[in-house]
Amino acid sequence: MRLEYFQLIDRVVDINLTERRISCEATVPSVSTVFEGHFPGFPLMPGVLLIEAMAQTSGWLVSSINKFKRMSFLASVKEAKLRTFVLPGYVLNIESKLVHEGSGYAVLDAKVKNSGKPVCDATITLRVMEFPNEELAGEMLKMAARVGLTPEMALNG
Amino acid sequence: MSSTFETIANIIAETCDIPRDSITPESHAINDLGIDSLDFLDIAFAIDKAFGIKLPLEQWTQEVSDGKATTDQYFVLKNLAARIDELVAAKGA
Repeated sequence: MRLEYFQLIDRVVDINLTERRISCEATVPSVSTVFEGHFPGFPLMPGVLLIEAMAQTSGWLVSSINKFKRMSFLASVKEAKLRTFVLPGYVLNIESKLVHEGSGYAVLDAKVKNSGKPVCDATITLRVMEFPNEELAGEMLKMAARVGLTPEMALNG
Repeated sequence: MSSTFETIANIIAETCDIPRDSITPESHAINDLGIDSLDFLDIAFAIDKAFGIKLPLEQWTQEVSDGKATTDQYFVLKNLAARIDELVAAKGA
């Protein structure tokens, strides 16, 4: 995780476009300026960033389904439950499954686990639309490569 | 059409916390009921699930933007119900 850059996903572990699900991994950094405020003397991964991690994982799945021709933006979060504290150094597994692909939106069930134990879960709605500009479209491809989402994985699942 | 209208009126009432008796076939989802685009995503999701269809929201929005259609054609509820009936019929054809 690169918390300060809002890059919450380290790598895509598995993606299956037939089953419309994805699994990602992310390690909570040992040191981050985020922990200086959240909280002094008791560093905790902020819950909102766990939700963002679920949203980004969901976004990679929807981007892959759309062959990186469209961009996903977080629209709503429902039934979010933050079940346990997440501490620096934790290795998180983040999974998301597409529940419904609508016209211009997608609904996904996402969850985070640590060592197989539930950490948090939520239903995520993403708006899916054309890229607002070419720069973002290009950057998303670079970010996809950084998390190991190769064109082969994205296209074939 | 009436059962389709009843279903979508109940969805709107539940999703947007709007009194059911204030929702009529003549109601415009945006202008009369004040439903915004985010709430309409929830409504569309519920309609898609209830009827086993995919409301073509992007196409409708584009048609309105291009001046080829008015919002009344898609967002007055009796018209929305008619569009849904057409989509359901097309699915079964």
